[in-house]
Amino acid sequence: MAEMTMVQAIRAALDEALADDPRVMVFGEDVGALGGVFRATDGLLAKYGESRVVDMPLAEASIVGAALGLAVSGMRPVAEIQFLGFAHQAFHQVGQQVARMRFRSQGRCAVPLVLRAAFGGGVRTPELHSDAFEAFYAHSPGLKVVMPATAYDAKGLLAAAIDDPDPVLFCEPLRGYRLVKDDVPDEPYRVPFGALRVARDGSDVTLVAWSAAVQLAERAADALAADGISAEVIDLRTLVPLDVDGLSRAVARTGRCVVVHEAPLTGGFGAEIVATLVESVFYDLHAPIQRVASPDAPYPLAGVEEFYLPSVDDVVRAARRTLAAA
Amino acid sequence: MVSDEDVLAALRLMKLSRAFDSKGASLQRQGKFGTFSQVGGQEASVVGSAWALDPARDWIVPQYRELPALLRHGYPLAHFIRYFQGNPAGGAIPDGVRMMPIQISIAAQLPQAVGLAWGLRLQRQDAVVLVYFGDGASSEGDFHEACNLAGLVRAPVVFFLQNNGWAISTPRRKQSAGATLAERASAYGFPGEQVNGNDLFAVYAATAKAVARARAGEGPTLIESLTHRVGPHNTADDPTRYVDPADVERWRAADPIARVERYLCERDPAHRARIDAFEPEIADEIERALVDASSGAGVHAGQVYEHVYADPPARLRRQRDAHARGDR
Repeated sequence: MAEMTMVQAIRAALDEALADDPRVMVFGEDVGALGGVFRATDGLLAKYGESRVVDMPLAEASIVGAALGLAVSGMRPVAEIQFLGFAHQAFHQVGQQVARMRFRSQGRCAVPLVLRAAFGGGVRTPELHSDAFEAFYAHSPGLKVVMPATAYDAKGLLAAAIDDPDPVLFCEPLRGYRLVKDDVPDEPYRVPFGALRVARDGSDVTLVAWSAAVQLAERAADALAADGISAEVIDLRTLVPLDVDGLSRAVARTGRCVVVHEAPLTGGFGAEIVATLVESVFYDLHAPIQRVASPDAPYPLAGVEEFYLPSVDDVVRAARRTLAAA
Repeated sequence: MVSDEDVLAALRLMKLSRAFDSKGASLQRQGKFGTFSQVGGQEASVVGSAWALDPARDWIVPQYRELPALLRHGYPLAHFIRYFQGNPAGGAIPDGVRMMPIQISIAAQLPQAVGLAWGLRLQRQDAVVLVYFGDGASSEGDFHEACNLAGLVRAPVVFFLQNNGWAISTPRRKQSAGATLAERASAYGFPGEQVNGNDLFAVYAATAKAVARARAGEGPTLIESLTHRVGPHNTADDPTRYVDPADVERWRAADPIARVERYLCERDPAHRARIDAFEPEIADEIERALVDASSGAGVHAGQVYEHVYADPPARLRRQRDAHARGDR
């Protein structure tokens, strides 16, 4: 057991997978000598050689398309998309091809592959790097969408993603890469998909989040606790599969819910959470469910991102609204 | 493709393809078949290229106008029929048949074929991947990305570009200002050549050379097979709006099937009787495939939920079960 940052935990999972299974390949833009722009693949080229850790030409669609073909050939590709914002240039390969290849071939051409992508804001990246586009992918049946919030989960969920027989989009929060640190076992382990994590116990209101928004919700819970409000924080871990039962049980218990995400409000995955809860626990609710999200505006330049992203205060206010309701 | 027996077998497949074009179009007009794309005019291009592959080790990554190549590779005609009847079961590829599903999204199969070829090579399998696409697909970014990657990793892949002159209604001259499409290969570091796509032997020879090159570890080849799409793009298309009837007559005169028949009968007049016997055999084969395709379970609601994931998530299982109860 050692304290690790999220990026170290991701590297550990990749290292274990490469060591365990000769079919595993890691490839993407700048993953070799540089070790990835965030160093998630640091040292792997030296350890495993250039047939298993491959610098790819700068072309997202062929990174994803080739990953699909490699998976059909029997390899276990783990491709890095440098920033999820750039995955638009591969979206046809992800949403239309990877996600439905099993379905279209009636099971013959399964594509067990992992697309790792850094995403999200808060680190003053240049334009078009920071978007939280997870909802596009959650809306692409056949794909699984994994959103770790802790270093422990990053390692265990990535190991599970590499084992998974289906394609997985694994989103890594830019903000969490070095900021998030927690204890990570040295030995291999898996964190199962579709089982949410209670990041913090609480009884008055449930804050639902994923990825970097979990830490935001936890800070909001701290602020609420100072006022005697007990906020539960739920980390969904995976959007697909979604832990509908765990989510419903949690919100039924408190009767109040705030969903927090970085993506713009309209069509964000928060809408899916709210709709799900309205179907499952409407009569247990004491107040309308609130959403805290970015505005329906494009991700802006770095100088104004603090005005764009949801803040701790936004979450606190939303939680208070649920408590103020009669 | 040296013996007359081989050529006869290739001709039979070309004629089966032509016969199925008519049958499929007729069924489509009766509402018994979905929109589909006929091969008509491109039989030498498709069959000659497929003939250069070894179905026991090589892979085909198709587009959607290569029926006889798929049949030679082992994909059952009944599956093809089911697919175009709208039955998802038609998408099933029998184990041991080395092909990826029919591709509808233009050019998306190209980087996939490169990844497949690359992966087979990494696993030291003696396999070559042949990927079909058209002149329209050569304008897509996926074509260029795929060629670029294939050259870099020396993937054992043959890019088989069927330049039939048309992308639906858009003529070749509106796809690219380049003099040829084959010449693009040089920019990616591998050979490209044009071949007369209506000449079965020329197509076979060019493809066999590319396959041998790939098998020897020398990397990809781009073949631009110049042919004619004599019919419509598909059964929903109306080429009278954009094709000059005089051109259609010229294309018909270059019919690749008649050409092979002439060759065989000049070599040995006795082949005529063999060739004539193909027709009833083929009609019978198609009828049997149609019967096969309509046997079995037929379509059912459960198919909507099958093969989405290896193991359906709880939410999808609930949707499926609710549907089965009539309580969606």
